[in-house]
Amino acid sequence: MKLTEHFQYGLDAPICLTWELTYACNLACVHCLSSSGRRDPDELSTAECKAVIDELARMQVFYVNIGGGEPTVRSDFWEIVEYAVGHHVGVKFSTNGIKLTPERAAWLAGTDYVDVQISLDGATADVNDEVRGPGSYDTAIAAMRNLHDAGFGEFKISVVMTRHNVDQLDDFKAIADRFGAQLRITRLRPSGRGADTWHELRPTAAQQRRLYDWLVARGESVLTGDSFFHLSAYGEALPGLNLCGAGRVVCLIDPVGDVYACPFAIHEEFLAGNVRSDGGFVHVWRDSELFADLRRPQHGGACTSCGYYDSCQGGCMAAKFFTGLPLDGPDPECVRGFGEQALAGVDGASVPRSEVDHSRTGKQGPVPVSIGMGPPDRACDESPLAGMRAG
Amino acid sequence: MDFDPERPYRKAEQVELRPEPFGALAYHFGTRRLSFLKTPTLVDVVTGLERHDDVHATLDAAGVPEAQRGAYIAALAELAGTGTIEPRP
Repeated sequence: MKLTEHFQYGLDAPICLTWELTYACNLACVHCLSSSGRRDPDELSTAECKAVIDELARMQVFYVNIGGGEPTVRSDFWEIVEYAVGHHVGVKFSTNGIKLTPERAAWLAGTDYVDVQISLDGATADVNDEVRGPGSYDTAIAAMRNLHDAGFGEFKISVVMTRHNVDQLDDFKAIADRFGAQLRITRLRPSGRGADTWHELRPTAAQQRRLYDWLVARGESVLTGDSFFHLSAYGEALPGLNLCGAGRVVCLIDPVGDVYACPFAIHEEFLAGNVRSDGGFVHVWRDSELFADLRRPQHGGACTSCGYYDSCQGGCMAAKFFTGLPLDGPDPECVRGFGEQALAGVDGASVPRSEVDHSRTGKQGPVPVSIGMGPPDRACDESPLAGMRAG
Repeated sequence: MDFDPERPYRKAEQVELRPEPFGALAYHFGTRRLSFLKTPTLVDVVTGLERHDDVHATLDAAGVPEAQRGAYIAALAELAGTGTIEPRP
């Protein structure tokens, strides 16, 4: 059996998993895949987070990608990171940079098994702040400078590709080189608030082609999180596993402990269980019916007769689902244009939406978060800062 | 340094293996690089390196057939290139 077939049938433990620690965020990015903003009162406690790490260590999950929300606004964030690396579970965390002071950068530089990923969606402030909010570019650049000055080494700069920043690829690479960082670019998904902005923000067909050529020319020097495998139908496969890993080799644990097939699939259709249930995460990963389904051989459906199906595998499950396309048909951004045709026939009213939404209502734009946080005192708190205690 | 099967090697200290049906996942905690050991025999070879004076003796002990030695040496050279295995002093 080929290696990729083993991956399709699932492994005893994920290769890596994404763990969103909080729905709270100081920003309100228009494409947020988890519709973050306010903390959920039911988020895992510090002790529950440590119990999850104990499980991951037993399963020999080598590292977790921690995100949110903005994970660093949890007052126990650094404690959780220390606990993970102390138990030989490496951590890569995604942040907008809000808490990466020079002191924190120095601490990170001296801590093994921790990697940092700074989100940046424009190589210039105007392009970035349009998506991520006023001031977010400066915050990210300051965090990069702090990591660089502290001698952290090769951190990651993570960029979601949009119509407005594909033409800045070389500029992103220059920023990464300036700070000794590695560039990581990923695909915009119509998940979370991205469902509302995907049609306007997604790269054009011509930009997709340029992006593919740029990636082929860069080889493994630019990371992609394996997120552009649908572009492999252009020709040569991009570096990576080139398959949908959802529920097979990756999954998501959300802030309240719900386990979804992938970070871009926060919807009850892809909910496999909860880490708080009997048997914990191991039981969900190994025994959930949903994951068993995802690990069965998939049918190409309408794509079966397409000569490129072996290259693109029909693309991204979440991208299809949240644009109202059948899961066994073409990706909405199919490079042969079959996705566009399929999208034209979708009735907008039938497109599924996630029930999970922690977006702030009312005040728009970034909220300064400079204090620690405890559990909110009421479930209906509208502000991400409500009920948080200092210290 | 080029891979030299006449020399002693070992699994790099910062590398951990996780057994899988196909062989093992290998993760380097220093470089954060993930590799795949694609057969159980390759796992035996990688973990056996430190018990033998050179790579050839390791391949003998793991029972690698003559016809596959070239493929195994090529695989080990790649693993040496990524730091999954390292020369033993």
